[in-house]
Amino acid sequence: MRKDAARAGATAERIAALDLPKGGFTAPARAAALSRLREMGLPGRRDEYWRFTDPAPLNAATAPEAALFTGVVEPQLFGSRDRIVLTFVDGRFDAAQSSPDFAVAGLEISRLAEADRADLHWAQGLYGLLEAAGQTPVARPFAALNTAAATDGVLIRATGKVSRPVHLVYVHADTGSDAVLHHCVRVEAGAELTLLETGPAAARFNKVMEVDVADGGRFHHVRAQGRDHSRRAITHIFARLGAEALFKSFTLTANGVLTRNEAVITLSGAGAIAHVAGAALGDGASGPFLHDDTVFVTHEAEGCESRQVFKKVLRNGAIGVFQGKILVRQGAQKTDGYQISQSLLLDEDSQFLAKPELEIYADDVKCSHGSTTGAIDETALFYLRSRGVPREEAQSLLVLSFLADAIAEIEDEGLQAEIVERLENWLARRRKG
Amino acid sequence: MLEIKNLHVKLEEEDKPILKGLDLTVGAGEVHAIMGPNGSGKSTLSYVLSGRDGYEVTDGAASLDGESLLEMEPEERAAAGLFLAFQYPVEIPGVGNMTFLRTALNAQRKARGEAELSAGDFLKLVREKAKALKIDAEMLKRPVNVGFSGGEKKRNEILQMAMLEPRMCILDETDSGLDVDAMKLVADGVNALRSKDRSFLVITHYQRLLDHIVPDVVHIMADGRIVKTGGPELALEVEQNGYADILAGAN
Repeated sequence: MRKDAARAGATAERIAALDLPKGGFTAPARAAALSRLREMGLPGRRDEYWRFTDPAPLNAATAPEAALFTGVVEPQLFGSRDRIVLTFVDGRFDAAQSSPDFAVAGLEISRLAEADRADLHWAQGLYGLLEAAGQTPVARPFAALNTAAATDGVLIRATGKVSRPVHLVYVHADTGSDAVLHHCVRVEAGAELTLLETGPAAARFNKVMEVDVADGGRFHHVRAQGRDHSRRAITHIFARLGAEALFKSFTLTANGVLTRNEAVITLSGAGAIAHVAGAALGDGASGPFLHDDTVFVTHEAEGCESRQVFKKVLRNGAIGVFQGKILVRQGAQKTDGYQISQSLLLDEDSQFLAKPELEIYADDVKCSHGSTTGAIDETALFYLRSRGVPREEAQSLLVLSFLADAIAEIEDEGLQAEIVERLENWLARRRKG
Repeated sequence: MLEIKNLHVKLEEEDKPILKGLDLTVGAGEVHAIMGPNGSGKSTLSYVLSGRDGYEVTDGAASLDGESLLEMEPEERAAAGLFLAFQYPVEIPGVGNMTFLRTALNAQRKARGEAELSAGDFLKLVREKAKALKIDAEMLKRPVNVGFSGGEKKRNEILQMAMLEPRMCILDETDSGLDVDAMKLVADGVNALRSKDRSFLVITHYQRLLDHIVPDVVHIMADGRIVKTGGPELALEVEQNGYADILAGAN
């Protein structure tokens, strides 16, 4: 009872510190989310899904300070592509660093902060809805907080095959920034969209993205979370897929004192396909590192396919967490569910905590899961060195080899190549540094 | 070229001697074969020379062109001109064969103070060498040895040899797992690389590889030592009579 009171107190304090926008069309959703948050309260270490990750820095009423990145400034990832750019600096839209207009055939883009001055918007049928649905059976308090408090975001509607990707660039410029962004993406029947996200965003970043893919729609998502050592991030993707829809999401994370990426995906139309993948590189030498992937995939319809592929390379006391679940509902026959989580520990100080779960209520399904933890393969290392490749460089090649399966989940080979090149550069610089 | 004197080696983890005073000299441009029964220490010799972890040299010396090998890291030995063709080439998923070859070649060039090869020059070189070994472009694009047949893996080893141009090549049971046609292809590849400046140490169980790669000298190894040395006819003797007679004679 006392714990509940303490939790309620902390939640009230957190809410009091928020600058809650009143909202136009989102007002009812924001109000509902706020009462959800009050009811469930902020998480604690005793909560089943927070046992491995301490939510304290996310619970704190004000964002913990995060130093700005001081390393080598790299060219903008995906920067050479013809794309539509929307830049947010510490959560604030920056028109000067964004595309002058967002006009592309088959695409409607508006900003939440602007659209929310009106009482009507197509996103009314999406904002906060998938988030609310995703609160059961597992509570996700920071997502409810986000729906209530989001100051901006992007509302994207694809009505055809969009020829240029939409690129959300997140810049971190203020050591105390606390950004809350909420995006809604609707991919209409038969439409196709690629969404790119890069950058650390803020000292503390809370982001929710709701993605609704209608029948036969295709959605590709590639994200790189920036290299700031001390930023903290809690992100959620809530996705709902119609019949024969495709959803593919890949995330690259390097550095970050705390990163928790949740993906809540529901396959609600027959024959839908959802792949979610992540590659994380953590080095505890530049400060604590904790990277948490928490995934919940629900099969509601027949003949759907889901894949979860998560790889983490950890060293110097870095911690990796994976909590992945596949829930197959009654009637979701011919489900093909796959889940793999693997860690490569480069020393004995690092650790990987994995909790794979399967819950199946249909009798004609194929579901598999696996989780492994291992060190560098000494035979492979010797093979490379015997060809003249120095030890450190050989180790980098084996790290790339380890991450390859996750990167292969990116459908576009050009995007794949850019991710690999970026990784190669990081690894090369680490060897020199 | 390669000079091994009184080499004693044991496993690092246990007190079990494997090489017990091995002497061997391979001159420039020569092809030597080492034959011997299982457990005689043939593969250990190849690993110790190339610098694999897990072995401890308790006595003796090994040098390449007068430079002592045993203190060098594996990559330094490679840059000095030593190459080991593996009995079981390692699969490396996610790393393209081309990337691997280019990384290895440029690392060696860098170690020797030579300029790295440009992407264009490298591509030209690898295509030319691959063609001679009947390795198609598709195989170059695939991850290192992943999904390769036994023969493809061994041809890939020879391709690496051709690209890296070592002066001392050790072939560890290169014929294992190969059918006659594949063996012929591999042997042709090796023969094409024979020159007055390049030496070979061919480790094998069977005489049949030596029909294709004809050695100048054949050594019989048993219990961690060279027990008999002769010409190519020694390999035929093994083929006809087995090791027992030779070993009995040597003792």
